[in-house]
Amino acid sequence: MMFAAQSIADFFQGFGGWQYVIAAVIHAVLLVHVFAVSPFAFIWLERKVSGRIQDRLGPTRVGGLFGWLQSLADGIKLVQKEDLCPTAADSMLFRSAPYIVCVSSFAAFMVLPFSHGWVAVAADCGLFIILAILSLEVFGIIMAGYSSGSKWSLFGGMREAAQMVSYEIPLAICALVPVIAAGSLNLGEVGGMQRGWFTNWFLFHDPFTFIAFFVYFVVATASCKRAPFDLAEAESELVGGFHTEYSGMRWSFFFMGEYASMFAVCAIASILFLGGWNTGLAPIDDALYAARHASLDGTSSAAAMGYLANVIGAGVFAAKASFGVFVQVWLRWTLPRLRIDQVMTTCLKYLVPISCFLFLGATLWPLILVTGMGRTTWTSPIGDRAAEGLQETRDGSAEVSAVTVPSIEIGLVVPAASSVDLEGVVQ
Amino acid sequence: MNGESFLFTVFALATCLGAIAVVFSQTVVRMAFWLVISLGSTAALFFLAKADFVGAAQLLIYVGGTLVLLVFGVMLTASGPYLKIITSPGEIMMGSCVGLLFLFVVFASLDGVKWREPSVAAMAAGNPVVATGNTLRPIGLSFLGSRPDQDLISDGDHLTPGYLLPFEIVSVHLLVVLIGAAYLARAKRRPVGSG
Repeated sequence: MMFAAQSIADFFQGFGGWQYVIAAVIHAVLLVHVFAVSPFAFIWLERKVSGRIQDRLGPTRVGGLFGWLQSLADGIKLVQKEDLCPTAADSMLFRSAPYIVCVSSFAAFMVLPFSHGWVAVAADCGLFIILAILSLEVFGIIMAGYSSGSKWSLFGGMREAAQMVSYEIPLAICALVPVIAAGSLNLGEVGGMQRGWFTNWFLFHDPFTFIAFFVYFVVATASCKRAPFDLAEAESELVGGFHTEYSGMRWSFFFMGEYASMFAVCAIASILFLGGWNTGLAPIDDALYAARHASLDGTSSAAAMGYLANVIGAGVFAAKASFGVFVQVWLRWTLPRLRIDQVMTTCLKYLVPISCFLFLGATLWPLILVTGMGRTTWTSPIGDRAAEGLQETRDGSAEVSAVTVPSIEIGLVVPAASSVDLEGVVQ
Repeated sequence: MNGESFLFTVFALATCLGAIAVVFSQTVVRMAFWLVISLGSTAALFFLAKADFVGAAQLLIYVGGTLVLLVFGVMLTASGPYLKIITSPGEIMMGSCVGLLFLFVVFASLDGVKWREPSVAAMAAGNPVVATGNTLRPIGLSFLGSRPDQDLISDGDHLTPGYLLPFEIVSVHLLVVLIGAAYLARAKRRPVGSG
């Protein structure tokens, strides 16, 4: 469970077998910080954007002109608050509910590839795993609502359960539409296929994936219980919904989970539809790709270049996902909240049929193109890109196995083990 | 003890302790919580065994689907604040008899497998798909009726059949169940004017 860190490990050659352990620890800590710092940034963004939309300035005091330390001040305030548990509550469930929310949204980051080969767990069915993990978050919300011993919380929890059980269906179907185009559930492979000009992104692959992106985004917003779908909180009618009885750090765990899962669903959208870590400009992408491939030769300067290319890729990826989060914030402060029956109607009567139609259309699209044009895609043939993507992923997994094998059994002779693994996987 | 066997011990203990806690707790929602611990640890054991697809399906179907529906049902139907189940001594006797019998069956079947025999270990080690853990594509192809992994090993005279027919039968069966559930759950149509 660590990053493929072959290249950074090269800098620590002098440490014997420990170079892999050090590199892995550095990257594991970085991954935890993506989870910890992204809510920090997005809460500031939320305050600032909502302020601007409502013709206010937003936070301006803490940390200079733009108030960028406001989240830290919020955090310090929340740590100091008393950890309350109502007498009517089932205290064990009440206390453990925030952790379920937090852990499940953090676990989603485990299978999220940030750049080529930069994934904690390179799984063949990565998309399936990440959707399964994100579906666990709702259990924490329901438990919080049920165990609070308050009617507001119970209503919030019930609404959340009804909403999530319904919205998971179009979410999964819409995520499958680009998967049909790609022919793989491996998020790293799907990302690698979209290299080149931005017309290679699955957003522009066919009309069905184009519509599926917008449907996915709406459903993903609802599955993070963001406004206009935040019926579980609905402060105008339910006080605070499921978190009415919470205070202090336990309250903030819910929101860390919420902002982290916003980032996670937007990151999935950017991998499936928006080219992942690829810039969308063919010359830049090709240069980065060449730098990553050169890094496999093993010289330390090439490794540094390959690592730099991956850092740029991760930056592009984070920028795309953050833009998605920005759009979600923007929607929240411009649209009014739906009623619960409207939320259910939107899902069951519109989004589910639309996504089923898109799914069917995406399966028939290659047939239509073959009879009309004699090829299966209108952009560059996907078979070539798929082969390249597979090659890239195999290289990535070679790096993964080279890192994980010696670091699990620390006493092992590292160079011999890693070279055997490299050959075995690439062949 | 290396990292994998340490994690195996942790998750196996969590699975067993969670299951025991399900039996001994009396509040329905607490039982659901312990079931989450138990089933989630089972999924983690699947992930440790490199069966990613089964692990993710375990999480999605049991924890994300069934348990959420269970708690949802309790919240919709409970009359008091916390629904409790009080078991009578007879029920405890019956339950423990069934449980012990099941334990016996599990141990008998575990004992039946020759774990140390070379064929089992060689099957796992020699297969490149099993070794890398990327089993999703073979699973998907076998549901479509083709087994390339088996066909490559065999002499090529006959192709190994996949699981297309059982898969279709299960799908149709689930569709029948869904239609039946929708029929049972629909509002009874009343004559116009009487309601």
